[in-house]
Amino acid sequence: MFYQESGQFSTRYRQDGRALRLWQQRAALWALLLLAFGLLPFIGNDYWFSAILIPFLVLSLAGLGLNLLTGYAGQLSLGSAAFMAVGAFASYKLQFLLPGLPLLLSFVAGGVVAAIVGVVFGLPSLRIKGFYLLVSTLAAQFFVEWLLTKFAWFSNGNESGVITAPPLLVAGHDFGSPAGRYLLTLSVVLPLFVLAANLVRSSLGRNWMAVRDMDTAAAVIGIPILRTKLLAFAISSFILGVAGSLWAFTYLGTVEPHGFDLSRSFQVLFIIILGGMGSILGNFLGAAFIVLLPIVLSILSGSLLSGVLPAGQLENLQKIIFGVLIILFLIKEPDGLARLWQGWRARARLWPLRF
Amino acid sequence: MSETVAPLLSLAHISLSFKGVKAVTDIGFDVAEGEICALIGPNGAGKSSLLNVINGVYQPQQGEIRFAGRARRAMQPHEAAVAGIARTFQNIALFKGMSVLDNILTGRNLVSRSSWLEQAFRLGRAVADEEAQRAVAEEVIAFLRLQAWRHTPVGQLPYGLQKRVELGRALAARPRLLLLDEPMAGMNREEKREMSQFIREVNQVFGTTIVLIEHDIGVVMELSDHVVVLDYGRKIGDGEPEAVRALPEVIAAYLGQQRH
Repeated sequence: MFYQESGQFSTRYRQDGRALRLWQQRAALWALLLLAFGLLPFIGNDYWFSAILIPFLVLSLAGLGLNLLTGYAGQLSLGSAAFMAVGAFASYKLQFLLPGLPLLLSFVAGGVVAAIVGVVFGLPSLRIKGFYLLVSTLAAQFFVEWLLTKFAWFSNGNESGVITAPPLLVAGHDFGSPAGRYLLTLSVVLPLFVLAANLVRSSLGRNWMAVRDMDTAAAVIGIPILRTKLLAFAISSFILGVAGSLWAFTYLGTVEPHGFDLSRSFQVLFIIILGGMGSILGNFLGAAFIVLLPIVLSILSGSLLSGVLPAGQLENLQKIIFGVLIILFLIKEPDGLARLWQGWRARARLWPLRF
Repeated sequence: MSETVAPLLSLAHISLSFKGVKAVTDIGFDVAEGEICALIGPNGAGKSSLLNVINGVYQPQQGEIRFAGRARRAMQPHEAAVAGIARTFQNIALFKGMSVLDNILTGRNLVSRSSWLEQAFRLGRAVADEEAQRAVAEEVIAFLRLQAWRHTPVGQLPYGLQKRVELGRALAARPRLLLLDEPMAGMNREEKREMSQFIREVNQVFGTTIVLIEHDIGVVMELSDHVVVLDYGRKIGDGEPEAVRALPEVIAAYLGQQRH
């Protein structure tokens, strides 16, 4: 960690433009990948896969989707869960309509449908900004939820709109076991993260940030505002759509439209606020926080207060503590966990000196 | 002026008003290719409005703008950028959350040819394209001596450097016409001298035509080949610096009526 930058100079623009410039960072990434693919599937237990790792990965991906739109392109949205729902139901419906459609392709197709819906609901962003846009994305949230509940066609005739995932077969292999579902999720999530990390460091990513920071100046230097904003909605919704498909297929297995309600949208928004707007790493950190904190709290309160308080009150208490912790954290570090991590790294570089 | 070649920029009978308040009235002037033209005048004379008309931020109610041989009723910002007009703003309009390098790279966005899919997969034209844009951005960084702050977020830079980065972002587009709205406002003498030098060099090294707004008459006289004076939205002087300085209307506009 300390002095790790010494002697590492970029001699080519390509090297300087890398997401991970230091060999220590790249080594750490490879080690993590090795752990995630090579070790965890063998040592993890079902609880770890189903209750922690899979929701963590899917929510990280959902966070990434919203972060591209809000953190990078500066367009506020409370419709994340709606785009997740579109992805989930589109993947499900396409599996049904086109028997034999490969599972991974149906995820992609679900994402594409979500992207189209995202562009439609992104059109108001050309005229309105900030909180007003936030309210108009709420329209997507309520409309999609209503549509999927109202018309049983989307769920193949189920009255309450519940869909059940088909067997998770990829190239003849069954990924139905907890470890298999984890591996499948990981193999879908990681490539999307790589693509997004590439995108935000390229011309489109800079255009997004330019529109976010000052859209009049962006227009003056020739950035096509309309196209840039709509692409943000499309790509963000695509990723959210794939996250929704994974949520339905690999995490829950069975899902109803109300599983993608407004509180899910808020959950995704909290992930990027806690993790860090405009940060790729922040999505993982924020998702980990959101997934792990309630578990830690319930373990702690379960062991400390189990005899003292009735179970119902214990659950409420957890929610209160969760809320208070988020508020405290945001007062301390409004730029999120990713920023906190950067700060630690910067301090570790100088340690034991302070300046 | 007796030009044999057509001027690069030519404004004719431009009038602009905001809900009945006239900002600019019937203004016309020419800017020859390769010259530095200064727009001067008291506060509220309509100088910034005129720059905004030239690059399409405002659409005038009347008049014609002819740039590089093509006449238009009014410009659109994107159209102006494509045609080769770049500018800086009076109140710095940088992208505060981005680094110096990224800000300058955004100036290359029109030249970038790779699609977003190629960029996402780092395939096709994307890699070579990114390196080509980076090379140009680095030239600009070296030219403006911004190497030390390449990766610093511009929000953290002092005012004078931000002004320089904004000039860099405009230069990265390799414009034919550069509009500078008070590039030296709020600077001390040393910073002004440095900025004047950059402007002079841009003009001579890249052959960029420059239209600038400046209040410091000393700087204007030193830098410009051509001065246009505005007062209350009207043109009251147009010509070489020394000639304009002697015009009685100009002296009156700046100093009031002569008393001694």
